Amino acid sequence: MFSSTMFASILPEILILILGMLVLIVEPFWKEEQRRNVGWLTAGGLFLSMIISLLFGQPGEPTATLGGMVRFDWLGFFFKQLFMFAGAATALLLMDNEKVGRRGESYLLLLASLLGMNLMAVSSNLVMLYLAIETTSIPLYVLAGFMVGDDKSAEAGFKYLLFGVLTSTIMLYGFSLVFGFSGTTDLYQLAQMYRVGDLSPLTAFAVLALILVGIGFKVSIVPFHFWAPDVYEGAPTPVAGFLSTASKAAGFAVLVRLFFVAFPGADLARSWTITLAILSAITMTLGNMLALPQTNIKRLLAFSSVAHAGYALIGVVAFTKLGAASVVFYLAAYILTNLLAFGIAMAFSKVTGFEDLKDYAGMSRRNPGLALMMLAAFLSLTGMPPFGGFVAKVIVFAAGVQAGYVWLVVVGIINSMIGVYYYLNALKYVYLYRMPNEDEENHPIPLTRPYAIALVILAVGVVLIGVVFAPWFGWSEAAALNLF
Amino acid sequence: MMNFPVLSVITFTPIVAAMIILLLPSQRKNEARAVALTAASFALLLALWVYLQYLTQNMTGYQFTEKYDWLPMLGISLHFGVDGISAPLVLLTGVVMFTGVLISWGDDHPHVMAGIQDRPREFFAFLFILAWGVLGVFVSLDLFMLFFFYEIAVFPMYLLIVIWGWNVTREYAAMKLTLYLFIGSVIALVGVLVMYWAHAENTGVLTFDMLKIETAGFPATFQIIWFLPVFLGFAVLGGIWPFHNWSPDGHVAAPTAVSMFHAGVLMKLGAFAALRVGIMLLPEGAKYWQWLVMLFAAIAVVYGAYIAFVQMDFKYMVGFSSVSHMGLVMLGFSTLNRDGLLGSGLQMFSHGVMTALFFAVVGMIYDRAHTRQIPELGGMSKVMPFATVGFIIGGLVSMGMPLFSGFIAEFPIFLGVWNEQWLVAVICSISIIITAAYIMRNIRQVFFGEIPENLKGHIGDITVLDKVAITTLCLFMILIGLYPSMMAPMVDRGVTYILNILYPGGS
Repeated sequence: MFSSTMFASILPEILILILGMLVLIVEPFWKEEQRRNVGWLTAGGLFLSMIISLLFGQPGEPTATLGGMVRFDWLGFFFKQLFMFAGAATALLLMDNEKVGRRGESYLLLLASLLGMNLMAVSSNLVMLYLAIETTSIPLYVLAGFMVGDDKSAEAGFKYLLFGVLTSTIMLYGFSLVFGFSGTTDLYQLAQMYRVGDLSPLTAFAVLALILVGIGFKVSIVPFHFWAPDVYEGAPTPVAGFLSTASKAAGFAVLVRLFFVAFPGADLARSWTITLAILSAITMTLGNMLALPQTNIKRLLAFSSVAHAGYALIGVVAFTKLGAASVVFYLAAYILTNLLAFGIAMAFSKVTGFEDLKDYAGMSRRNPGLALMMLAAFLSLTGMPPFGGFVAKVIVFAAGVQAGYVWLVVVGIINSMIGVYYYLNALKYVYLYRMPNEDEENHPIPLTRPYAIALVILAVGVVLIGVVFAPWFGWSEAAALNLF
Repeated sequence: MMNFPVLSVITFTPIVAAMIILLLPSQRKNEARAVALTAASFALLLALWVYLQYLTQNMTGYQFTEKYDWLPMLGISLHFGVDGISAPLVLLTGVVMFTGVLISWGDDHPHVMAGIQDRPREFFAFLFILAWGVLGVFVSLDLFMLFFFYEIAVFPMYLLIVIWGWNVTREYAAMKLTLYLFIGSVIALVGVLVMYWAHAENTGVLTFDMLKIETAGFPATFQIIWFLPVFLGFAVLGGIWPFHNWSPDGHVAAPTAVSMFHAGVLMKLGAFAALRVGIMLLPEGAKYWQWLVMLFAAIAVVYGAYIAFVQMDFKYMVGFSSVSHMGLVMLGFSTLNRDGLLGSGLQMFSHGVMTALFFAVVGMIYDRAHTRQIPELGGMSKVMPFATVGFIIGGLVSMGMPLFSGFIAEFPIFLGVWNEQWLVAVICSISIIITAAYIMRNIRQVFFGEIPENLKGHIGDITVLDKVAITTLCLFMILIGLYPSMMAPMVDRGVTYILNILYPGGS
């Protein structure tokens, strides 16, 4: 009954659970002013969990464990590592956030959500999948509205909750239809049934459309994106960063597993790849267009993250091995980059209290290092070498061209140009404009230690993934191969 | 010694230097400058060594090759090598880097404010990231890495112009330039990816290696469809008409050293990539669209010269003369014959050095006179005789005078064009007359005559470092003019390689 494989398959989750309990136990014993140290504990614990699961939790041949609830493969493993990394970075960034960082619950909620994400990446059963999605979402609803007494935060939490519940209900309806038509909830059995023809393509397509609503909400595909800017703006910034990276990547993990594994087959694939291609084009275009007029950096990043969901979708649309690998690679690069961008916005507003682009004037003189990291983050988002975003984008585009979606790649390219404009525009404030009195040297932006550590690690990661891309691509490819 | 990875060392010297410079404390301005100068001299010497080796050892084809697997799953490798076309361009980059650093050193004289005083640390770091990208493109034999370096060469331009540029137009010009170049390069990227997959489909091998893609033998229709996006996408950076519009604006808004880089090296980057990827990988497409490229180039040559003629702003004049001269490079490409390509190869080097000199002198004058309006200037030969001599030499090169490198470069181009289409050669030769007219007019107005009243007493001579830079640049123009065999034979060997691709079996 209990085997070492089963244990290994959920090793990271067990570790996260232990860590969560540790946080719960330790927190009351610490004094109010020491409580921010829970952040060190969380980040360190997650880092340790990554190492332990790298050492003892590596999957071999893909296997189903826990009665078919969980799939133990490289795809899940790679995503879990990414999530835990993002979680650790977020914990560090949370620490010096006034209203959130001194409360142990925030770290606990972060860990609970992380647990759900890890399970999302490995679920191979619809029931398990739904539970995982809810485990992820509920703590995030709370975190988004965590700043009690702040209207915007309360609005963000409530908005996120309402849209989240609505879309997940529609998805659940889709799941129930799947069960009704096929009598099974196991993804891999579904694929089998589909192959022998027990499930008609039309039914499958209709059901998939319902499921796509729920996932589309998670990864913020247009038209399920409109919560994103308001929630990102209102939520505590570290939470917004987490929402836009790990949570989105978790959605993509489900998306690829569901679409590539459970509903393969040429005729069905054709109809949903076209649907996704159109959605991808709309998502990119709308995200970028709406990012253009933004003046608040969090809203700018929110719309840009919508656009990036569109780029990553090109890899899903390609529906090839390279396509799947490119999605995984893209998400890895994107998580690092966007966390860096949000981290900088956090560090900046921690000191200055501002979030508008115009307040970034003179930043390169106030803290040249921070400005340089912002340069790296924004150029990576633009898709410029030698940063991660460039390679990721080229590989995604390559996958699109290979699959014959040249038009979609052209749309992606036009969108990248729009991106160039608004990302560079933001950098213009940082590097060109001066503060009103031109006395930048009197307004330094000191970084506290957690920020410095997190940001430097992320910045180095963004450069590494863009220069030494072979190992990352190797892992992405190994992960993607499990889908076929 | 043959195993010494000299091209990698040259290519990665700037980025290592940029990192070192960024790690210095920001008050250490002179240390930043010293590191920059050391790195630039080092790169220049190595580039010169590579160049002389290639020349004196009678090498042909791609030499000094290095290959390291980078992403073997997709066939991406760090594959470096130079041939007779790119070796002079690597040298050119070294020269412009070296002189650019000298020019930007700065002069603390209160009336002058020359060079880069504001945040030199960041300036040199970004400039060297740019140089890294430029060198990378010239030596890359891998299409992916070429594209990688190409993009690296684009983005620092934005920051360099927007931060240290001329504050009247810098925001507009920098954004325009970046968008133009980015649009061009990503359009070329689609073509590159299509070629990559087409090659993979034909041969079953996933590779970005250009030496392999050269032999892919794409069908003619494929080449005809994809030649234009690829060639024009890259040629945008080469300033080809009708996509040249970003270039004079960018030149004018950029600080002096960046203008030198921009016109001297960066535009060659576009021309070189258009040749390397457009013409050499899609030769049938090049033959099919030859007339169009020739038309665009011819318009650029004449129109650029004419617009330069009517400019009142000194820097705009030089900027449009660059469009005209780069048009000659493209014109040489469009001939697809030995003379034309040889001329283009030489012209890329000659124009690079010449225009770097022009911008350097314009920058020196502007830093001291605080105006670039030609009618408001005069008598500069009295205060800066050295710069005057330099500019006159540059002017003679620009006009294509014998005994200077411009003649060695332009003569074969016209010869080649004559062989293809004599009428175009005749029309384009008008540009030589116009060029001579505006160069002479400006020399008379700016350097001779009386110094205007309001400038008297304010203007001093240029610094020693400036003189070193001018001397270096002039040296190359005169040496090549006097001894064409210092460059022509090796470019010719590079052209032979291209002709073998264009006309397999010989013709």
